[in-house]
Amino acid sequence: MHPNLKVTAPATGIDLANQLAQAAAFVRRHAVASIYHAGSGHPGGALSSADLLACLYGAEMNVWPASISDPLRDRFVLSKGHAAPALYAVGAYYGFCDKKAALSLRKLNSPFQGHPHVLDLPFVESSTGSLGQGFSVAIGMALGLKLQKIPARVYTLLGDGELQEGEVWEAAMSGAHHKLDNLCVLIDYNKLQSDNSNDAIMRLEPLADKWRAFGWAVAEIDGHDIAAILETFRRAGATTGKPTVIIAHTIKGKGVPYMENIPAWHGSVKFTRAQAEEAIKALGAGDAEMKELLDV
Amino acid sequence: MSSPALIANSDSLREAFGKALSKLGDEFPSLVVLDADIAGGTGVHHFRKSHPERLIQFGIAEQNMMAAAGGLAAVGLLPVVTTFAVFCLRAIEQARLSLCYARRNAKIVASHPGLDVGPDGGSAQALEDLAAFRAIPGMTVISPADPIEMALATRAILEFDGPVYMRTGRSPCPRIFGDDHNFEIGKGRILRDGSDLTIIACGTEVARALTAADLLKEDGISARVVNMATIKPLDTNLVARCARETGAIVTAEDHNIHGGLGGAVAEALVSTVPCPVEFVGVKDVFGASGEPEELAYAFEISAPFIAAAARRVLKRKK
Repeated sequence: MHPNLKVTAPATGIDLANQLAQAAAFVRRHAVASIYHAGSGHPGGALSSADLLACLYGAEMNVWPASISDPLRDRFVLSKGHAAPALYAVGAYYGFCDKKAALSLRKLNSPFQGHPHVLDLPFVESSTGSLGQGFSVAIGMALGLKLQKIPARVYTLLGDGELQEGEVWEAAMSGAHHKLDNLCVLIDYNKLQSDNSNDAIMRLEPLADKWRAFGWAVAEIDGHDIAAILETFRRAGATTGKPTVIIAHTIKGKGVPYMENIPAWHGSVKFTRAQAEEAIKALGAGDAEMKELLDV
Repeated sequence: MSSPALIANSDSLREAFGKALSKLGDEFPSLVVLDADIAGGTGVHHFRKSHPERLIQFGIAEQNMMAAAGGLAAVGLLPVVTTFAVFCLRAIEQARLSLCYARRNAKIVASHPGLDVGPDGGSAQALEDLAAFRAIPGMTVISPADPIEMALATRAILEFDGPVYMRTGRSPCPRIFGDDHNFEIGKGRILRDGSDLTIIACGTEVARALTAADLLKEDGISARVVNMATIKPLDTNLVARCARETGAIVTAEDHNIHGGLGGAVAEALVSTVPCPVEFVGVKDVFGASGEPEELAYAFEISAPFIAAAARRVLKRKK
């Protein structure tokens, strides 16, 4: 069990799911706040991936601040690097970085760059921001851990638009070929990319069939259903001989009614104070937290 | 300083690299070699034979291979990416982000650079790689001159902490150095002393530069020859010293005249000891099919053209 989780014994599945839902809600509030302060950024895909990230850091991975340089730790690579605000927020929630400092997103001399950089923050496992590359880096990590017989697992989160990069399918081939059952790919399938829907820009379907044809174990879930995410992680961990891809159906801008399913909130977005307040309120913040997040 | 004798019919640089890597496999237990279905072409079939469990096959998919090297390095291995130089250019953005920006201890070793590729023709002859990889922050760029130096450089890059791009070569390469040769990353070396001008060369052009110096000697011109095996970081002190002591420079490389060794030397000179410079290289055009020596003549990078550049630069010397 994750040492940062304040689990009341005996922990039930419902307790854990509630805690992770709270973590995800914080991730969304903090991501909106940091993008508001930055004056630019990508809120849509940060909000759609918050539940996946909360489940990874809050329950699935054996990584916490004290284990961040342990060779046996699980690794997470944010291949969709533009969701950096969500990664920083989940890091802040679980004690990998300071909550207030992480609001300095995209500012000069801040380690919280617009896209994650491995040299800036100890819990960032790879520098990303050029789509497709994080997946390949995760392939290399999974291969390298297997070669050294280290039992750690590797997770990487890809956007759906990212799947249009040819490198993704090079990586998918290599993951199956090398039987990387220590690797789990998560796809934040919110159906929207920068300019329009996936369907309008470059069709991805039949997506699950593509991954199956490439030799992967495929799970399709509601990417906001925490119990389903945790159960799928459990099955991925029990799968041998092939890597797992979790196609997580999500809602872009999840949790903020005026953003949900609107491509314009992909990025690069400048929030007004009123928009930021409305979003953070919709995501469950009280007055005190609102002040803490916005008046820094 | 005696002039090294050229010994013909020795190994190609890629063979020398592959054999050296194979010998170093036991000494570097974390070494893994990445291949994109051209082990026989890059020389790493020697390593595959000696250390099959550490040759990782990526198929014909260089972008994934290049970025995956970053992941392998991140979990404590020492990856050496091997493919042709043109395909390194294909994956240069992966080298930029996932290797250099992330400061991974990964090496890229590129065979088949320049006109030295020969009959495969213009599409296969990377004439831009030194310039392109030199422009990436944190990247060390090396182009050894003969099989002896290649073996030493192979060890040196494995011992060096940080990303490296190193050129080998396809064609048989004359041997320049003896078994007592030393190689140090970042250090140029005077192979033959001279007083009228300095020829600064790298890779397969070093042997041609020595031949050019012989041709010039027949005309009574004393040419110094420098092997500048490290293009980045450049041995700026040596470049400045040569400019000060000989007053004129010729650069020679199997590469576009723009941005490679010539560009690096010119950058160093204008901020230290400005002097006349002539550039021998491929003149901003693509290559073509032919045998390497035919191409070297056709594209004017062979020894007589280096000598001609030396005569031109002497006319400009004050």
